[in-house]
Amino acid sequence: MLSRVADSLFWMSTYLERAEHTARLLDVNLGLMLDENEAVAERRWFRVLAALGYVPSLMWKNDAYDLAQRLSFDMENRSSIYACLVAARENARQVREQISTEQWQRLNQLFHQATRMERRPHTAMQQSDFLASVIEGIHLFQGVTDSTMSHGEGWQFIRLGRYLERGAATARLLKVYYEDFWSGSKVERSLFQADSVVDSNEYLECIGLLRSCTAFEAWFRVYSTDISYEQILDFLLLDEEFPHAIRYSVDSVEAALREIAAKAPGRIADPMLRAAGSLRASLQFADIDELLKTNIADFLQRVLDQCRGVHDLTYQLYIHYSVQTALAN
Amino acid sequence: METNTPESRRLALDSYVFDGAYDEMFAAPHEVRPHYAQVLDIFSTLSQEELQRRRASVDMAFLNQGITFTVYGQEEGLERIFPYDLVPRIVTASEWAVIEAGLTQRITALNLFLHDVYNDQKILTDGIIPREVVFSCKHYRRQMRGLQVPRNIYIGIAGTDLIRMPDGTFAVLEDNLRVPSGVSYMLTNRRLMKRISPQMFLQHGVRPIEHYTQALLAALRSLAPEGRPEPTIVLLTPGVFNSAYFEHAYLARQMGIELVEGRDLVVHDNVVYMRTTSGLRRVDVIYRRIDDDFIDPMVFRSGSILGAAGLFNAYRAGNVTLTNAFGTGVADDKAVYAFVPKIIRYYLNEDPILQNVETFLMTDKKQRQHVLENLDQMVVKAVGESGGYGMLIGPQSSKKERAEFRERIEADPRNYIAQPTIMLSRAPCLIGERLEGRHVDLRPYILFGDKVTIVPGALTRVALRRGSLVVNSSQGGGSKDTWVLNH
Repeated sequence: MLSRVADSLFWMSTYLERAEHTARLLDVNLGLMLDENEAVAERRWFRVLAALGYVPSLMWKNDAYDLAQRLSFDMENRSSIYACLVAARENARQVREQISTEQWQRLNQLFHQATRMERRPHTAMQQSDFLASVIEGIHLFQGVTDSTMSHGEGWQFIRLGRYLERGAATARLLKVYYEDFWSGSKVERSLFQADSVVDSNEYLECIGLLRSCTAFEAWFRVYSTDISYEQILDFLLLDEEFPHAIRYSVDSVEAALREIAAKAPGRIADPMLRAAGSLRASLQFADIDELLKTNIADFLQRVLDQCRGVHDLTYQLYIHYSVQTALAN
Repeated sequence: METNTPESRRLALDSYVFDGAYDEMFAAPHEVRPHYAQVLDIFSTLSQEELQRRRASVDMAFLNQGITFTVYGQEEGLERIFPYDLVPRIVTASEWAVIEAGLTQRITALNLFLHDVYNDQKILTDGIIPREVVFSCKHYRRQMRGLQVPRNIYIGIAGTDLIRMPDGTFAVLEDNLRVPSGVSYMLTNRRLMKRISPQMFLQHGVRPIEHYTQALLAALRSLAPEGRPEPTIVLLTPGVFNSAYFEHAYLARQMGIELVEGRDLVVHDNVVYMRTTSGLRRVDVIYRRIDDDFIDPMVFRSGSILGAAGLFNAYRAGNVTLTNAFGTGVADDKAVYAFVPKIIRYYLNEDPILQNVETFLMTDKKQRQHVLENLDQMVVKAVGESGGYGMLIGPQSSKKERAEFRERIEADPRNYIAQPTIMLSRAPCLIGERLEGRHVDLRPYILFGDKVTIVPGALTRVALRRGSLVVNSSQGGGSKDTWVLNH
């Protein structure tokens, strides 16, 4: 596969994952906002902004709908939902012959649909329709991707992009929640003890966190309705079966890289596979009780750093290698 | 046929305008040609709602498949579709037989001409064409002198523009021998037509065209350098911003070959490689969709980032095939065009099967005089341009435009040719709720590998503006599915 093609597939997938994540965070938090007072609201939106990688104080202007509007459509902001959809489609367009017609059509429909929304002012209702339609459109695209595209090297790069982005996004989200709630005062710290049950306000926040990771239903299949922070952390960090858990994402990253390495036998993949394996092992063999004794924010930061490291090594190996090293092989 | 049937009222056939051009569907008012009868019948039975539904469904399909061209200078999302007409264009088996034989003859002769011009130059020595006509061509490439190409084939792919004259015969308007485009529209139009109007194909005997991409792949394969039995073939595109990018991606996908850009290619020791995730991989045949000038910044346009440095040397060394070859533009120059009938007689000792359109060379004093005196009846074209740019259409021009062209011609006569204004044939199109005549041309695609292959189909381009004779998509043209019948 051409290096440029692998690059485009990777970014197409990354941008879609980013758009979906942003859309879901907005959707969930706009919904939760209806149940609470303003002070809580500001804190909530600061958290959302931090989780998305923004400097909250620069973005927040006391108006959640205005914020949602900007995070959805602002083309100046390369991470807005619409900008991500445009970028994903541009990447897909550059590899039009590599993806299936069904994939291209889905992505195009999503893009044109978003473009129609982007071109007119809209109400809160329409804003929420937009977010729902983006999430749905991306889910459809992923379904079509899995069922119409050969699960070869290109598909693995798509998978790699999706799960690297997802793993990092979930890690960032957990880190923000941890720092905002659980590492603070002693009172909140006490909530952190095993089997502690939260009050109604915090219950809402926990539901928000689970919903932000589409984990609401999946979580209740495993646990009871009594929510505790440690169980949420355990689930979103270490569950190996839930597709939005960091552990699952990292497993998928490693699996994708192994498949890619097997298909490109001319390249020496050991350092890259070692980095991915080490990241996977740090989650696979982690114990939640042990982790709770340490600073979880640091642990999550390490996960984020390792994700970046895996990305860099992959790019050095397959995309940006120098001609001299390739000729020497 | 009665003149006041409900059908003819519905499609407004009573007001269908006949204007001296050959009409593809009607021999005379209300006298439909036999091979169109069935199609007209079907259209007459369809309700307006159904027709509009089909049109909307086609437009949506084009949009969602991204078969669009971008309106430049605008922000994202302003993409237009290439208008598509629901009424097919039909060519009978006997008409097609003439076209096929004529195009085969023509490409064979033009290919021999290219080989001669870049090697022995016998045709120039024998005085059939003046040397200065050939050497002054913008697309003559002296770097090609003495260079041998596989099978001596320079033109692997051509897309010749034919028009139908008022007497019903087909004539060649332009040979496109460099990087002809549009074949993806031929294929897509057919697929869409089958989807929206399957019943029209029943018992019609339309010859299939779906094997075009396989034939193209076979032709490219047969042109591989010697000693490369399992050649790696790629399609070289200028990239996503090129207006034909959809086509490049489409063809690469259909053939299962890599779609590469200049930045994917690396030349080392006169061998061309592409950068892949498995390392560098050797490339044997390049179906290039970029112009000569942009292929190699070391040999041609130095600022170009579309090609690859060193590519021409690899080509010269015989390590890679480029299709079409460099320098084929000398054979589709609009001044050389005037000599094609002579070229055919010279190399093949045959009379041309397809006629040329009468062409006046502005370098010839007498012919120039004649043209300048009759500018209001002439079509003047710049020789190196394509896409309908740099043209004057006499009967539709203003006094000022004519004066401007007169100056330009006198300043640089070699750069212009003139032809009498020809009424392209007219075919009915569904405009709003009625059938109206619009002028059309016909572009079949010719493949030349180990043999000449012409898939029985073509792109019919339509001048959608009423009365217009310009069919180019950049000038408001559309297209039709084109049927070649097996009877």
